[in-house]
Amino acid sequence: MASTARHIISLLMENESGALSRVAGLFSARGYNIESLTVAPTEDPTLSRMTIVTSGSDEVIEQIIKQLNKLIDVVKVLDLNDGKFIERELMLVKVKATGTFREEMKRMCDIFRGRIIDVADGSFTIELTGSGTKLDAFIESLDKSAILETVRTGASGIGRGDRILKV
Amino acid sequence: MKFAMEPGMANSSKQLTGAEILIRCLHEENVEFVFGYPGGAVLHIYDAIFHQDKFKHILVRHEQAALHAADAYSRSTGKVGVALVTSGPGATNAVTGIATAYMDSVPMVIISGQVPTYAIGEDAFQECDTVGITRPCVKHNFLVKDVKDIAATMKKAFYVAASGRPGPVLVDIPKDITAHFCDFDYPETVHLRSYNPVTKGHLGQIKKALKLLTEAKRPMVYSGGGVVLGDASEHLFKLIQSLGLPITSTLMGLGCFPASDPKFLGMLGMHGTYEANMAMQDCDVLLAVGARFDDRVIGNTEHFLSNPRTIIHIDIDPSSISKRVKIDVPIVGDVKSVLADMNELIATEKPKQNTVELASWFKQIEAWRSKKCMNFAQSSELIKPQYVIQKLHEVTKGEAFVTSDVGQHQMWAAQYYKFEKPRRWINSGGLGTMGVGLPYAMGVQLAHPNAQVACVTGEGSIQMNIQELSTCAQYQLPIKVIMLNNRYLGMVRQWQEFFYENRYSESYMDSLPDFVKLAEAYGHVGMQITKPSDVEGALKEAFAMKSRFVFLDFITDQKENVFPMIQNGKGLSEMILAEDL
Repeated sequence: MASTARHIISLLMENESGALSRVAGLFSARGYNIESLTVAPTEDPTLSRMTIVTSGSDEVIEQIIKQLNKLIDVVKVLDLNDGKFIERELMLVKVKATGTFREEMKRMCDIFRGRIIDVADGSFTIELTGSGTKLDAFIESLDKSAILETVRTGASGIGRGDRILKV
Repeated sequence: MKFAMEPGMANSSKQLTGAEILIRCLHEENVEFVFGYPGGAVLHIYDAIFHQDKFKHILVRHEQAALHAADAYSRSTGKVGVALVTSGPGATNAVTGIATAYMDSVPMVIISGQVPTYAIGEDAFQECDTVGITRPCVKHNFLVKDVKDIAATMKKAFYVAASGRPGPVLVDIPKDITAHFCDFDYPETVHLRSYNPVTKGHLGQIKKALKLLTEAKRPMVYSGGGVVLGDASEHLFKLIQSLGLPITSTLMGLGCFPASDPKFLGMLGMHGTYEANMAMQDCDVLLAVGARFDDRVIGNTEHFLSNPRTIIHIDIDPSSISKRVKIDVPIVGDVKSVLADMNELIATEKPKQNTVELASWFKQIEAWRSKKCMNFAQSSELIKPQYVIQKLHEVTKGEAFVTSDVGQHQMWAAQYYKFEKPRRWINSGGLGTMGVGLPYAMGVQLAHPNAQVACVTGEGSIQMNIQELSTCAQYQLPIKVIMLNNRYLGMVRQWQEFFYENRYSESYMDSLPDFVKLAEAYGHVGMQITKPSDVEGALKEAFAMKSRFVFLDFITDQKENVFPMIQNGKGLSEMILAEDL
């Protein structure tokens, strides 16, 4: 078996209804993994930018790229792993903030350079951005019983320096 | 009382209804036939059809048949096939036909009616999410939400369907849109920033490929449906003749190279010839042209790769390359253009070939060929299905258009009808859709009114679209149905014999109709043939009735199997031959 690796694929597609389901449908129809998928319009309102985190052997990733390119609504596809890139994800975590937890949560938030964006009597909501592994690490470092709710956006990625994905 | 939405009641003399615009688009595209079935959501469109006579509408008896007929029209002419169905069940009935065309890359435009825009999402009568349902089996689809978008969308639909790797494109049009008015302006050109299919192949790669082919000791060419779709047969013929290479073809490629040429080794794959499969396995340089290394073609991939060879692959679709088998020299481009470039290189550079090695390679191929793997035991009692196809070939002088359904009869037709020209062999290779045969024959006969059209079928498949006997009567289509009636779902039975210890689970066809009477009930000619000695005479009699639809019910040997056969999971050189049993 060829070894599988995590890849971040960025793509630009027509900002039209149905375009997202064409991409999502392709992944399910052909049995490709999706770890996360984010999408939003770009500065050009006719285009949406999508970041897909997937995993597979080199052959599978090559097929994914080709199949994505084949979709009529997809304008450009880039495997960010082909060069240097930055990856960020946003997470909101609601944690218990009662008694000793209140100080502890504030401290952990500072260590991970998060921000408390909502304060209630019994809870804090912490905003944290970073790579997926950083967010994982934050979750790991918390007392499980203190976590009330988490929500993550999935990764967004962009190439470093001159690597630009644009029409 | 007149309704405001009635066509012809335009609010200004220049403006047309959406339905009229749609019809004008079809006129602009020079559509000859629209295969369809009316219903509520497409009534405006049908009214606009009533007012025109530039194309002919063919009323089928089931939407699936409309799709297959339009598909076969396209396969046999190279033009875009057009089908029109209503919303909901009309669209869902069309899905099998769309998926069939998609798997075999057939260019089609399907227009489906939709409930009015204001009713979408409200579970309206005959509503379904047609764009959603068809998304995985179309090259692209559109939902038109504004009458102003109809013309541009239709232009895009025809362009996308026919260019690059062809495929079906569906245009879903809500009923209210077909009643709205706007000016008609058909765009002359179309540009999609996200869609730019490659045509020219990379010259450096083509040179590299040619060098490999000429230096090869055991070269082999494997041609597929892409040669037919890309109208590249003449260029392929020239290449094969100038380099003197052995060539095989997939089920979908049959006819792209003349079967009578000594360099042709017959079809390859699961039921391919011994010589084609052995040469495919043993070659040192393989040129794949418009083919996709399908599981039915190369058998077990690991076994196939166990013999090292250099593979060159010409295909218009980059995703076909290195999908199942790693390719050494990929050439992405239009098959015709790439082969033309290759031929030009041969003409200018006159490359030297490894003639001694090539001669000994052909000697080996002849040794394989001498096994005569297509021989079958003739019988004086029972009609052998292979014999019927051989006689069909003789009687039609190899010039008929042959459509088939799916199963044993399909394989026998592919093996024993020797196709000399492309677009003559019309069958569902990818999806393997039973029931295509008769509607395929309709599409072919309409496109080629004076040609001999034979539909080779079985008593299982024919019953999946038997209602089309009525359509054939309405349009007086002189199709000849060659039914190989073995009272079994033959291919299922064959697998049950080989892999399930003769447990023929649900593969026997009981309670068959009297097909002769059935044909006669529709006003056709029906014949039943039970003796081998009557086969040729019956075929001659049928084809002599040039203006009649003739249904020939051949009662064949029930236990005949298709050979050679590669079992599932086995390699190309691990065939079972008829003589082995």
